[in-house]
Amino acid sequence: MASEKLLMTADDVRRALVRIAHQIVERNRGTDGLVLMGLLRRGVPLAQRIADAIKTFEGVDVPVGGLDINLYRDDLTSRPQPLVRPTQLPVPIAGKTIVLVDDVLYTGRTVRAALDALVDLGRAHQVQLAVLVDRGHRELPIRADYVGKNVPTSLTEEIQVRVREIDQREEVVLVDHERRVLA
Amino acid sequence: MTTPQAAAPAITSLAPRRQVLDLDDFTREEIDLVLGTTESMREVLGRSIKKVPSLRGKIIMTLFLEPSTRTRVSFEQAGKILSADVINLSGSGSSAEKGESLLNTGLTLQAMHADLIVMRHKDSGAPYLLARHLKHAGIVNAGDGRHAHPSQALLDLYTMRRHLGSLEGRKVVIIGDVAHSRVARSNIFGLSAAGARVVLCGPPTLLPLELLRGRDTAYPTANVSVETDLDKAIDGADVVMALRIQTERMEGGATPSMREYTRRWQVTEARMRKARPNALLMHPGPMNEGIELASSLAHGDAQRIEEQVTNGVATRMALLYLLLNGPEASA
Repeated sequence: MASEKLLMTADDVRRALVRIAHQIVERNRGTDGLVLMGLLRRGVPLAQRIADAIKTFEGVDVPVGGLDINLYRDDLTSRPQPLVRPTQLPVPIAGKTIVLVDDVLYTGRTVRAALDALVDLGRAHQVQLAVLVDRGHRELPIRADYVGKNVPTSLTEEIQVRVREIDQREEVVLVDHERRVLA
Repeated sequence: MTTPQAAAPAITSLAPRRQVLDLDDFTREEIDLVLGTTESMREVLGRSIKKVPSLRGKIIMTLFLEPSTRTRVSFEQAGKILSADVINLSGSGSSAEKGESLLNTGLTLQAMHADLIVMRHKDSGAPYLLARHLKHAGIVNAGDGRHAHPSQALLDLYTMRRHLGSLEGRKVVIIGDVAHSRVARSNIFGLSAAGARVVLCGPPTLLPLELLRGRDTAYPTANVSVETDLDKAIDGADVVMALRIQTERMEGGATPSMREYTRRWQVTEARMRKARPNALLMHPGPMNEGIELASSLAHGDAQRIEEQVTNGVATRMALLYLLLNGPEASA
């Protein structure tokens, strides 16, 4: 059995997302033209939480969408195929400030694909990136504007973000596959 | 954001499948996957920029040795939206006309690095010949003789599922020249795998003989039955599908006269009232107005036609994507 280490509890996740929500509003000087685009699947509920937080302290409904990037991947031949799901666009994105929201930032290839997917949907004014966990090991020149938690990891480890809507519980754990191999 | 999502398919890949020759070897999970992916492809078709890069660098060749415009254009458009290079070949003007065998044509296309060959042929089973001999190129059957037309059947299943929600336990009546229809045959297998009940109806001479005589048959008989009386067959149907009657077959004496056919097997408004309220009426086209369907039912609105064409492209995008992506596709 692989060893699991708890990195963030449900409360930690909530606090991190509320902080990110404040940072997004502060940095963009309000919510005008703001759209939160979660990356399917777990980025979407996280984006919704950020929108909910903004609603509580700004009283504004920021539109939330869901972006499927599987038609834009560059690594489909080297891994099991993920399911292609429909992208959900709440408003036309032309001229908007888009905040991409994802659970984990790792190689940066998912974000690269997301940027390509976004370009095909219209010309945004600006694109920013928010992630719950940044685990390092970038393979592309990409960095996040908002980070919930920085977690140095080794390549044999895996970060699993679990959200209530999909996983029935809420936490971030570090799974060590190396130890599983040895055990 | 409250977009309803259908239950996620149980599998995410068609691998190791490299060919789609018919639906008789499709599992329910595979059908769910194709229909679910079709839904996602529809979203791409609704965009102003109808282009995604997922099949960049893949070569699709369409080999249509029997004339067809709709199906070929649908596959071509699907491939191009996914950024594959699509090369079209037809019978006339090609070396097939000079007597080259199908197998040599196939091997030549494979040598030209075709990743996938979409083919139509007048002879039943022709795609199976290529599938047996081509080790690298995948094959999609776009219609072979009287045998199979899987992409059309998947499109029909998708349209039915959009209309009905689920196909489980639904009653689908297929009326007319079932014995000679590749669309009907593939639909029978696909519907059966998806859990629907299929009732075949028409003149006995145009229904599959082995089913009529109750012999051991390749058909999925648990879900398929035969009823020559249309008024009985249509009772409580969720979907009514009328097939094209080929008038040349009538002259051959295999069928009753046009008058008798029209009287006994034409879908009329009165007969549609025996089906479920809001039952879906389908016709794979091209249609003989006033024969298979009463004229009052024959005129589909532009929106319905547009929807069916869009669904056709989306279904073929899903097939191409699922066959050309994944670890096996590049092996």
